[in-house]
Amino acid sequence: MAFRCELRFAGVGGQGNMLAGTIIAETAILHEHRFATQVPTYTSQVRGGPTKADVIISDNHIEFPEATHLDFMLALDQRTYDMYKGDLKNHALVLIDDNLVRISARERDLWDVYGFPIIRTAKYEVGNVLTANILAVGMTVELTRVVDKEHVRKILQSRIRPALLEVNMKAFDMGIQAARALQLQKINQRAGTTLLAGQFVQAQDSSFVRESAPPT
Amino acid sequence: MADVQIMNGNQLIAEAALVAGCRFYAGYPITPSSEIPELLARRMPEVGGIFMQLEDEIASIVAAAAASYAGYKSMTASSGPGISLKQEGIGMACMMELPLVIVDVMRGGPSTGLPTRASQSDYMQTRWGTHGDHMIIAVAPGTLLECYTETIRAFNMAERYRTPVIILSDATLAHLSSGVTLPPRSALEIVERQQPTVDPANYRPYETSPTNPVPPLPNRENFPRYRFHMTGLNKDATGFPTENPASVQADENRMINKIMDYTGAIESFEHYQLDDAQVAVIAYGSNANAARVAIKEARSQGLKVGMFRPITVWPFPFQQVMELGRKFKHIIVSELNLGQMIHEVQRALQGRSELHGVLQAAGTPIRPQQILQKIREVSA
Repeated sequence: MAFRCELRFAGVGGQGNMLAGTIIAETAILHEHRFATQVPTYTSQVRGGPTKADVIISDNHIEFPEATHLDFMLALDQRTYDMYKGDLKNHALVLIDDNLVRISARERDLWDVYGFPIIRTAKYEVGNVLTANILAVGMTVELTRVVDKEHVRKILQSRIRPALLEVNMKAFDMGIQAARALQLQKINQRAGTTLLAGQFVQAQDSSFVRESAPPT
Repeated sequence: MADVQIMNGNQLIAEAALVAGCRFYAGYPITPSSEIPELLARRMPEVGGIFMQLEDEIASIVAAAAASYAGYKSMTASSGPGISLKQEGIGMACMMELPLVIVDVMRGGPSTGLPTRASQSDYMQTRWGTHGDHMIIAVAPGTLLECYTETIRAFNMAERYRTPVIILSDATLAHLSSGVTLPPRSALEIVERQQPTVDPANYRPYETSPTNPVPPLPNRENFPRYRFHMTGLNKDATGFPTENPASVQADENRMINKIMDYTGAIESFEHYQLDDAQVAVIAYGSNANAARVAIKEARSQGLKVGMFRPITVWPFPFQQVMELGRKFKHIIVSELNLGQMIHEVQRALQGRSELHGVLQAAGTPIRPQQILQKIREVSA
């Protein structure tokens, strides 16, 4: 069956969710020769209003660019999450900033939920809160494998101005590592072990220090 | 796919304008059209054109019309609230018979409405927004590629028929980014306005002949050699006001007929899976994409449905819709407003078909599922 994936990057204006969507869509078009669309939705309130970018990646021409059956959603804001979660398919992958978004136990059963303090990590560990969206892109790519991460790196190199490239690449790598850690944590949880994601990341990369483990 | 470019609908309209030969843009930024002036502010000087940001919407359309008078291919862009303000200038350009392209990236309304949300609620405003008997050409691109090709066609028709042409885009299309492969320049037809052949001393800006209802108008190059008068008052061939009843009546008729006699060349539409269909959907602009998905889904469920998609939305494709009325018992009109084109459809159907609407003014796009639901109801 032909490949098709619907992704939504949701948060508030100013977090860079539009750009996160653009990066994924551009990667698919320019480096993976797939069809992709990006449609932003935002309010007239430029910063702080609920925003989302819908990205569809497909082997076939995309007729209707608004996502209606989401395979993946990033949520960096509670209100926006609540507004736009209705399009998630069962078992869809949901990535939240767990400092900012609360998900009910029922929803955790419905979807495959990953929580991580995305914005706090960008601010204190990457060292620039503006890289939160790129950290989220790293996590998205690692969790979904919707595009190749080396291809994403090429897009980042072409889009981000040189002075900010290094810090954004750091954020991207940290996102990949964080996602790996969360995946392993989930595997371990299912296997009944209690190894925390933070410990795993530390074991993998001593430069990565988390402030605290995510809620389990 | 080496020549794939990633652009949104607004950027494609701006680039197409340059390819069509537009060398003057005047505008006042307004969401969701602002990427058009944003791109042209940079690109226009690169091609030797003029970009002006004016103090308001009215100044913008008047400046764009004036540039057309001076021989420039000219454009302005706005959204519903700005188009409301521009109506006086649109009427003036109709009366003066100035080639002009006006982009209306529709958003919710009335008034300030929903600045960032998609809508198709300017459909009737486009036709009847300015006062007085007049005809207008309006095109509604439905895809990113059509944002490009229909803009070029809009310029061509503006120059060919000496008339304002409106591009009806919407917020969804304007901000949709995707990969587009543009047609090669050699494949594009670019129309230039017909030039006067008479001595400048004998030139009359509204001199027509029975075989040519569109009077020649000097281009940029020729403009300095010609001196002529234009006014918003009803005019005679010289461009000066007249109240001679016979002359006014003839001119009013000609201004309508110079478009209505050429609808065969102006009209553009798509028939999508209509041949064996039992139900027809009529949709236009970005909303037609939802209809297309709904039709595919309906067909996979064994329901024979097709779509008639007008691309030239004014003049309304009366004849085409009348013929649909002869063939289809049920016709569904879907548009992102509370019912505008549906009234034109109803007029053309003359009661022949049962008419159904999928209408919405919520600020969100109509989803394929909603149209599919109506197809199911109608087919049952």
